[in-house]
Amino acid sequence: MTPMWYIVLATVLFSIGAVGVLIRRNAIVLFMCIELMLNAANLALVTFSRINGTLDGQIMAFFAMVVAAAEVVIGLAIIMLIFRTRRSASVDDANLLKY
Amino acid sequence: MPELKLPDIDYAALLPMLILFGAACVGVLIEGFVPRSVRNMVQLVLSLAAMVAALVFVIRRAGEVTAENAATIGGAIMIDNMGLFMEGALLVLGLVSLLLFGERTLERGGAFVPHAAVTVGSERDREQAVDSGATEVYPLALFSLGGMLMFVTANDLLTMFVALEVFSLPLYLMCALARRKRLLSQESALKYFLLGAYASAFFLFGVAMIYGFAKGVDFRAIHEAVRGSETSPTLLLIGLALVAIGLLFKIAAAPFHVWTPDVYQGAPTPVTAFMAACTKAAAFGALLRVLYVGFDGAKWHFTPVLGAVAVLTMLVGAVLAVTQTDLKRLLAYSSVANAGYLMVGLLGGNKDGLSSTLFYLVAYGFTVIAAFALVSLVRDADGEATHLSRWAGLGRRSPLFAGIFTFLLLAFAGIPLTSGFMAKFGVFGAAIAGDQTWLVIFGVLTSIVLAFPYLRVVVMMWLSEPGETTPSVSIPGVLTSAVLGIGTVATLLLGVLPGPLLELADQASSFIR
Repeated sequence: MTPMWYIVLATVLFSIGAVGVLIRRNAIVLFMCIELMLNAANLALVTFSRINGTLDGQIMAFFAMVVAAAEVVIGLAIIMLIFRTRRSASVDDANLLKY
Repeated sequence: MPELKLPDIDYAALLPMLILFGAACVGVLIEGFVPRSVRNMVQLVLSLAAMVAALVFVIRRAGEVTAENAATIGGAIMIDNMGLFMEGALLVLGLVSLLLFGERTLERGGAFVPHAAVTVGSERDREQAVDSGATEVYPLALFSLGGMLMFVTANDLLTMFVALEVFSLPLYLMCALARRKRLLSQESALKYFLLGAYASAFFLFGVAMIYGFAKGVDFRAIHEAVRGSETSPTLLLIGLALVAIGLLFKIAAAPFHVWTPDVYQGAPTPVTAFMAACTKAAAFGALLRVLYVGFDGAKWHFTPVLGAVAVLTMLVGAVLAVTQTDLKRLLAYSSVANAGYLMVGLLGGNKDGLSSTLFYLVAYGFTVIAAFALVSLVRDADGEATHLSRWAGLGRRSPLFAGIFTFLLLAFAGIPLTSGFMAKFGVFGAAIAGDQTWLVIFGVLTSIVLAFPYLRVVVMMWLSEPGETTPSVSIPGVLTSAVLGIGTVATLLLGVLPGPLLELADQASSFIR
């Protein structure tokens, strides 16, 4: 099996995540879609690392994982804050700022 | 087992960043060990001292940059003249906006909420209304500024991605910390976070694509791969587009600008000032480096697309600014339009384009910080009165502050004898020299449109009678006065005597690959 299929898979996962952010309404689900996009990028990095024959891509995937973990901490804190006040994690309810 | 070869680390070159990150860590410890009553003073002094120290080391480094000593940590960080200029500019603008963070006289306890985790409207929320505000903002601002310094000197896309997150994550939190109108503040943090994380996911996937194309992510490898490649550039173009989306989001270019008005309005005003000046400068520094150093071989591919983005940005910013009724949102759309003007300079593609963009960033930064400082002064019982109708007749109530604000708005509009005129003149001139005249035509047209909302505010302030609801202008404390003074004087000086900064920007406008 050629490694190129993994790139295709990564692209598909990335697109699912990107579309998910646009069409879903729950902040947690949105956040999971973003994580899916980051993981798709990791898969692409590792696969290109194999194709290119250098280890850089695998190292980069580690960095991306650490950054994603930091992002989870901040993101869940902000979503919790919103949820406590509004009793809802729907992004449609956060509609005070507009126009 | 082969011996591990460690890269050389030039600590002297990295010192500004290390000082900021170190001071931020000390700031976190201060939160734990210093009594609440003196914490604000200690944190403010520590942060200001750290920024001044970092600035001193940046200045000491100037003139010592050579092609040999610029790259450090195995080429991950590149402190060339351009990087050094951006570091200095970010530190100066950060220093000025940090003074706003420390202001405690306008409102009891300052602009920040004591405990952000307390539910809005609960019993404890009412109790904490009189408490002194959170001092965590200082370490957060230092982390953010350190990340920005890393962002503008990053020499590979991975370092750039990490730096992007290091400076963005504290900003998301700082947006949620407003003392008044907490629901708006939290909402702006949520919007900024979700869209920011979305954009950085695009950036990372772009990095992966470029790694696939160039077999490396440092800018020299990318440059050589772009130049020498016979293979199809599909991966390159996809990667460049995705990376550009991540960066254009940060500079608030249309169509990636939708977060800007909401976040600028909801965030505490000192944080808005910090974002408007520093985030924009940092993101442009990085965008310049990516396009000029890494992808200059793909110029024919990206110039028309980014030109279209610049035109759209100017149009959206100018047209929507006309319809705004809230002053913070109006300034947000003006900042979107200014991102468009900056892109015009960037797309000039020559040395002049580079130096005029640098000049623009500094000039605009000073003006916008002073403008937001003034917005924080006009208050009523509910905090800041940002609705445009509330500013009617302000010129009668307090001619001095209305006069300063008028001057700042004229600078935004680009009237001669202000820094705004010199800045716009520079970027448009560079774009004409770079054969991008069509961008300049749109630039001038949108400038005319954009003058209308500014002048409407001016007319409202001076020619309307003050009504019952016209709020009074608070007497600013020492810190806000200093910010207003520095911002206004810088706006005037850079308009009358732009020579020294232009020369500095000109010397700084060279990258080392």
